[in-house]
Amino acid sequence: MPSYIFWLLAAVMLGGGTAVVALRNPVSSALAVVTCFVGLAGLFIGLSAFFVGIIQILVYTGAVMVLFLFIIMLLDIKTEQHRVRGFAPMVAGLGLVVAFVAQLCCVLARMPNKIAPAIDQATLGGAAAGFPAGGKIAAALTAGRLPDVHLIGHTLFTTYNLPLQILGVILLVATVGVVVLSKQSPARGNDESSNKSF
Amino acid sequence: MATLNDYLLVSGLLFAIGLAGVVLRRNIIIVFMCLELMLSAANLSLVAFSRFNTVNGLPDYNGQMLVFFVITVAAAEVAVGLAIIVALYRSRQTIHTDELTSLQG
Repeated sequence: MPSYIFWLLAAVMLGGGTAVVALRNPVSSALAVVTCFVGLAGLFIGLSAFFVGIIQILVYTGAVMVLFLFIIMLLDIKTEQHRVRGFAPMVAGLGLVVAFVAQLCCVLARMPNKIAPAIDQATLGGAAAGFPAGGKIAAALTAGRLPDVHLIGHTLFTTYNLPLQILGVILLVATVGVVVLSKQSPARGNDESSNKSF
Repeated sequence: MATLNDYLLVSGLLFAIGLAGVVLRRNIIIVFMCLELMLSAANLSLVAFSRFNTVNGLPDYNGQMLVFFVITVAAAEVAVGLAIIVALYRSRQTIHTDELTSLQG
């Protein structure tokens, strides 16, 4: 990826992130998160992680942020009237962030810098030997293409099969938990209505 | 060509923005969105490490698997967290962390 596209996408991402913190209206913040994640997905695709970039768009901006917007509109949240009270929390928060960024810069200045190793016809053709001959992955690698989705599927269903099953259980537990959490217990509902009638 | 340090710097800045949002904002939904930003910042550095450390001429797919798992767990976390926020709003009629002080000693 050329350098200027990297910096453009990074600017979109960081600008979106700053807008999330700076904007007062929660709906604007949610849309700023969407902007930020679109820039991030662009960076992923520039790193030739095509599958991760696409699920970043589909799962995060498609599902998660729509869920956020749905909850914001369901609860009918108005623009924030009172912000951080007092000077001290603001200074403490910004101080923490500045300390973090300074530490990061110090670490990066000492770290040896690295250029991305080339992924081209030669390296892809060499990698084809590690996969079953005649398969889709080997064919695409020999042709000089990076079969990203096939490789992710291969890794997911061989090396990471057990974590994948556990992940399925986690999603099931989360779904059941959400249903239980959002079910209003009839006893409490009666209490509230009786309190209101008094 | 952007180098590994460029990606790590951008990822660290995104994490810092998310951290600032968690510390500074008082609306619990925006705090939650900033948590998502911090998770995504970690994902960016994982994908960058995966691309810059090739194994046999291919990107290191172990890193991208971790990103896949992080995204899935984050989606489950968002669902549960938003359900908790809705339950909280039902019982307290507020989502401002200033007004939720029952656990304060």
